[in-house]
Amino acid sequence: MASGIKDKVAILGMGCSKFGERWDCEPADLMAEAFEECIADAGIDKSQIEAAWQATAIDTFNVGPGAIPLSAALRLPNIPVTKIENYCASGTEAFRAATYAVASGACDFALALGVEKLKDMGYGGLPQRSRGVTNDLFFPNVSAPGAFAQLAAGYAAKYSTNKEDLKRAMAHISVKSHANGAKNAKAHLQRSITEDQAMRAPMIAEPIGLFDCCGVSDGAACAIVTTPEIARSLGKHDLVSVKAIQLCVSNGNESGFNDWDGSYIATTRHAVKRAYAEAGIKNPRDEISMTEVHDCFSITELVTMEDLGLSADGRAVTDVLDGVFDAEGAFPCQIDGGLKCFGHPIGASGLRMLYEMYLQFQGRAGARQLKDPRLGLTHNLGGFPYQNVSSISIVGRHEA
Amino acid sequence: MIGITAYGAYLPRMRLQKKSIADANGWFDASLNGLGRGQKAVCNWDEDAITMAVEAASDCLGQDTRDSVGALIFASTSAPFLDRQNSVVVAEALNLKTNGLRAADVTASQRAATSALLFGLDIAAGNSAARSVVVGSEHRLTQCATREEMLYGDGAAALSVGSEKVLAEFIASHSHADDFIDHYRADGSKYDYGWEERWVRDEGYMKIVPAAVNALLTQAQVQASDIAHFILATDQDRVPAMLGKELGLKGDAVADNLLGTVGITGAAHPLLLLAHRLEQAAPGDLILLVGFGQGCDALLFRATDAIQSKRPKYGVSGHLARGRAEENYNKFQSFNNLLEKGLGKRAEVDKQSYLSAMYRNKAFTTGFKGGKCSACGTVQIPKHRYCVNPECGASETQLEYPMSGATGHIATWTADELTFDFNPPAYFGMVVFDGGGRLMMDITEVDPEAFATGVEVDLHFRIKQIDSQRGFRKYFWKAIQVQ
Repeated sequence: MASGIKDKVAILGMGCSKFGERWDCEPADLMAEAFEECIADAGIDKSQIEAAWQATAIDTFNVGPGAIPLSAALRLPNIPVTKIENYCASGTEAFRAATYAVASGACDFALALGVEKLKDMGYGGLPQRSRGVTNDLFFPNVSAPGAFAQLAAGYAAKYSTNKEDLKRAMAHISVKSHANGAKNAKAHLQRSITEDQAMRAPMIAEPIGLFDCCGVSDGAACAIVTTPEIARSLGKHDLVSVKAIQLCVSNGNESGFNDWDGSYIATTRHAVKRAYAEAGIKNPRDEISMTEVHDCFSITELVTMEDLGLSADGRAVTDVLDGVFDAEGAFPCQIDGGLKCFGHPIGASGLRMLYEMYLQFQGRAGARQLKDPRLGLTHNLGGFPYQNVSSISIVGRHEA
Repeated sequence: MIGITAYGAYLPRMRLQKKSIADANGWFDASLNGLGRGQKAVCNWDEDAITMAVEAASDCLGQDTRDSVGALIFASTSAPFLDRQNSVVVAEALNLKTNGLRAADVTASQRAATSALLFGLDIAAGNSAARSVVVGSEHRLTQCATREEMLYGDGAAALSVGSEKVLAEFIASHSHADDFIDHYRADGSKYDYGWEERWVRDEGYMKIVPAAVNALLTQAQVQASDIAHFILATDQDRVPAMLGKELGLKGDAVADNLLGTVGITGAAHPLLLLAHRLEQAAPGDLILLVGFGQGCDALLFRATDAIQSKRPKYGVSGHLARGRAEENYNKFQSFNNLLEKGLGKRAEVDKQSYLSAMYRNKAFTTGFKGGKCSACGTVQIPKHRYCVNPECGASETQLEYPMSGATGHIATWTADELTFDFNPPAYFGMVVFDGGGRLMMDITEVDPEAFATGVEVDLHFRIKQIDSQRGFRKYFWKAIQVQ
């Protein structure tokens, strides 16, 4: 039995650009903005970085193919750089790669950077694009909100949930995230909204309305990782270390075999089970202090609370409406404002979530600071509910 | 005995109210107001002459084994492809046995379908074991504010022709070729160009049809007064009755032209009217079918004792009853690309069809065939190298499994306002098939009031995507709620 990644790797520094409609920025500018903060935080020289991973999901539309964009943007010293694309889990995938590189002893300092520039498309929402040569022959004419809206149909059918209650819980999720995002200068959307606004917003994909959707933004975020020993040798205190990183990818079961009812994300359940085991977490409700989950749409966040075991199956609507995931609740979720307020520059999102965790553990989250967080969980979900990539990271104070 | 062994029809559900056309255009041409009564069947954006042909032929073949079909003859003047055999697409969507199949497209005249029917009868006469399917299907474009726009409708009808269990015995026929140009559509033109109706009536219908019919009746030694059903497809409302009188037919023999309920479905119309009349025919009835266009085909049939024992699932009557009134003239024009409509940037995505990939996937995409695991019986679509059942996972055990006739239920769905669709919102969802398997797929012709999780659906061959850059279109199957 492998021993896993727990406490073998520490975050030495992190950076995050301002997310938003960065009309005046090239992807290289966003990368530099995040990196300058990160390298200053890490306290090492750029020349000490030995390997790097770049996460970009829709490269042909923005950053460009291959890993040259990162290497050239930062003028990295001719080190190995790899581009990673794995849907919305790309950012976490880059972090996983850098973490494994350090844990294996292959290098002392590794960089994970996610970047995406989506706002050059000329219209709102994610780019409408081909699904591939063969997929275009039969894939339904589905947008991202259209894919995820179906979680509501599956969930409501399974639990006989009243449509109005479900919509209200979805609205509550967005109201909560906007309230959190209003306290974050790096968020794209920094205004509070009301439940009424969310409920009455124009329909995007039944029952998902405009305020049930996350924003679409430009942004970059990055991390430099090393071993806890090296971090200490560099004079670092209050270390934040990696407890678990797990990934699960659909194998065609949900989309092709008749045992999935559309009310949950099967891959998240597999991934989180493995992540809790890797992190040594016995009871997540007692041990997890906060989460940053993939709230691409409010309904996604709702079912994710059950997938993570933070709500019992069929209880998420009640828990959400009871404020369990609000900033003052038992399990604050999207304390930074989430995808909802940051928007979702796809490759950057996983690292942006880890950035908030890192700030919270170091007591640097300002007006959003939670009291004494111990363990935090980040979650990404890429693709469609019926075939997707799900990633879970657990990070926390290094107490070993 | 050879003759018609089965029949079927298809009408698009959308029934454009002609008043909406007259209301929009009467200011320009007041004569349109007089034609603004009733309705016409018009294609949804994802329908064309191929998809309607598949529907009509499916209605005709019903549960019959399709392996016995030896020929598929497709008649239309509005086929989506000038060079890509439309009948072969129809045959593959019908899952006919293609090895040994004759396929042909007959076109360029309003009597294309009666000529196609004669070819089918010739095949049966030469080889009594061969069963032919003859399908007429038409989706003509019309210019804004024209008589044609008021009169033309879309639809399809299909006949099975052979020697087993004949419903209507073929007695005789007479054909006559004559380059009488009542209208034409030249290469590169989108629309018909016609001549004065009075001349078409007096020099065309009233002279050419009687000559052919009288020759046929003489040959068959049948009195005109013995004819029980007289079928003449024409966009001139009064002509059939005038001809009936001229020929000495009984008044009630003249078939209703369906001008006020369907519109004139062009090359498909003779078969559509015949299919409608076959529903009403009694054993022994003589049926006279006339196709008019650059001459005339006249065919005589006699209904057998089997005529009332085999009916299509829908037929013309069934489809007449399934219509949905549509009063939005703009929607009709948009669906037919008759307007310079701004479709938005999301419509600009390149829709190239990669023909090599299409070819290797066509059992799935055209035939809707999935796979069934020979080890555990699990059904999956598309077919795959490994069984999807996690308890099985066997490799190379998938037997081809036809699923186009399957019914299923909607497990999850949404109505998507964001994605580009010609008829937003776009509906799609997870269909769980009753016989096993599931697929996330497009749903069309949704009635928002009746649609919900759990509703029953069946499958229909439709246009998936239109590549306007190259003039190509992809087809695939969509789910439609069962009524």
